[in-house]
Amino acid sequence: MSILINKNTRVVTQGITGKTGQFHTRMCVEYANGKNCFVAGVNPKKAGEDFDGIPIYGSVKEAKKQAGVTVSVIYVPPPFAAAAIWEAIDADLDLVICITEGIPVRDMIEVKDRMRKQNKKTLLVGPNCPGVITPDEIKIGIMPGHIHKKGRIGVVSRSGTLTYEAVGQLQDLGLGQSSCVGIGGDPVNGLKHIDVLRMFNDDPETDAVIMVGEIGGSDEEIAAEWVKANMRKPVVGFIAGVTAPEGKRMGHAGAIISGGKGTAQEKLAVMEACGIKVTKDPSNMGRLLQSVL
Amino acid sequence: MKIHEYQGKEILRKFGVTTPRGLPCFSVDEAVAAANSLGGKVWVVKAQIHAGGRGKGGGVKVAKSIDEVKQYAGQILGMQLKTHQTGPEGQKVRRLLVEEGADIKKELYVGMVVDRGTQVVCLMASSEGGMDIEEVAAHTPEKIHKIFIDPATGLKDSEADDIAQKIGVPAASVAKARVVLQGLYKAFWETDASLAEINPLILTGDGNVIALDCKLNFDSNALFRHPDIVAMRDLDEEDAAEIEASKFDLSYISLDGNIGCLVNGAGLAMATMDTIKLFGAEPANFLDVGGGATTEKVTEAFKIMLKNPRVKGIMVNIFGGIMKCDTIAAGVVAAAREVHLSVPLVVRMRGTNDDMGKKILKESGLPIISADTMAEAAEKIVAAVH
Repeated sequence: MSILINKNTRVVTQGITGKTGQFHTRMCVEYANGKNCFVAGVNPKKAGEDFDGIPIYGSVKEAKKQAGVTVSVIYVPPPFAAAAIWEAIDADLDLVICITEGIPVRDMIEVKDRMRKQNKKTLLVGPNCPGVITPDEIKIGIMPGHIHKKGRIGVVSRSGTLTYEAVGQLQDLGLGQSSCVGIGGDPVNGLKHIDVLRMFNDDPETDAVIMVGEIGGSDEEIAAEWVKANMRKPVVGFIAGVTAPEGKRMGHAGAIISGGKGTAQEKLAVMEACGIKVTKDPSNMGRLLQSVL
Repeated sequence: MKIHEYQGKEILRKFGVTTPRGLPCFSVDEAVAAANSLGGKVWVVKAQIHAGGRGKGGGVKVAKSIDEVKQYAGQILGMQLKTHQTGPEGQKVRRLLVEEGADIKKELYVGMVVDRGTQVVCLMASSEGGMDIEEVAAHTPEKIHKIFIDPATGLKDSEADDIAQKIGVPAASVAKARVVLQGLYKAFWETDASLAEINPLILTGDGNVIALDCKLNFDSNALFRHPDIVAMRDLDEEDAAEIEASKFDLSYISLDGNIGCLVNGAGLAMATMDTIKLFGAEPANFLDVGGGATTEKVTEAFKIMLKNPRVKGIMVNIFGGIMKCDTIAAGVVAAAREVHLSVPLVVRMRGTNDDMGKKILKESGLPIISADTMAEAAEKIVAAVH
């Protein structure tokens, strides 16, 4: 098992005909069972055509009906990405993974508000995230597939390359991953640390979890409190941004300390108090995880 | 993106919020002319910089004659205004706002931000206007009232009235406060603001509700649909290196340390800075070259880092995924040659084609120090600098 996705997942790609969509669709198709997983694309102007043999449909609903997809991945440019997310949710897919970076916060507030009010069951990962991978089965997103290996460690993170760093360190120690989930660096997003930790807790093939956070907001603190009360598996953590100054946006729209809240020190203290082993040295994430097994 | 107080007030007025009458000025003569055209007997001369805390720093003065307007405008224009938000070097004042004086009976606070927990806009209001709201939140949190605003309906009449009463607006002025609160929310929503603050919002002797100050920040992801707001950008208020970097699509932030760092990815860039600190030094910058770094981009990044005279060494940390380490290595070598690099350089590469990348660095003949982990790289650059 794994969480969210596996080799039997069928995926529709929204934005498959754009430059980014084309490049990453090829990489995903080449990875593990990708050829069987990526079965549809969407572009209303190119319905009936195909990309590398993947049929293109006019809408997500049509792709669901014709190709039986349950998951969508989105590479649509920022001005149109929120509408693309809503289209996938409106088609009642199980999971939507939005890679697009730079979506206006207001657009995401509207999408999330509609999701809540219409009681939609679709899970959203991202936006502004690397995606989700279940090693040796399926990769949905922009992470380098070759650094991953099948195993029993879960990884959840707000940032892309820092996730790869954690995975690389696990690799050096011979520790594979059950699934790796990039939840993204935006302030208004889909799944949070707590949601992914819940899934890892329930996944019989995950033994322990690395949780990588960064400054801004209080998602890590909320997740830590949940871990203290509910988690049956060891969790280790790192928070990026000890040296980040207040009031400056550190790349990600969500990575900002404001009003003295959301500092790395504060997050690390809460995590530690909740029984999560933390490190201040990001080169030590893998070894820390190994120490709790 | 940030704008000046006078620009924020222009926006608020469009949404029905009452502000004092005032005019922006770029010279003492303009300030005097503004005071004359506004009329009255009392004027406020306000420094326009993007940082808060201007009053305490001596950037806001009440003038009781045209001579005083002239005197204060002369003092404030060109001064290096230091506040808790500018840093010790302060910010040069290049613009003023000259406003009519106001009859302040009571000072209130109103602010708006996107609340990440509930994922909607949160209105915060307090009877304790004019103060640092973070102080109020820390010492008397019961004096801050919040409303989480439904995006589908906006701020309802009943919600606006309720919060107005809670912060001490008398019954006769509640209708006026409602116009201000709803106008502020509409301004926030329609301009894609990320932060809005009126501190203080005042009650006047004749029962009016007026925005005496205004701070608006905007979501930079949404600027593409607001050319009118982009036109308000004042580059004099921004860090020159950060502006230069943004031209090359590099995400750069100046910091106070002496070790420059060049990294791909925001999270890894922060982690790199943290590692430098862990080994006893301080980073000179945050720099994310992004996912598609080219030789040109890496060269520009080196130039921007090296313009900072404090930089005594550079640490490059790349996790090659889609971006290949050999491409980055070629970029680093070309950049080091072009800028005639004279400070120590430590490069750590991991991921796709890292062996090829390391080979390129080694065969370049340049004194580049190689490292396998982030920690090793930080240790080496800190040792080389000290």
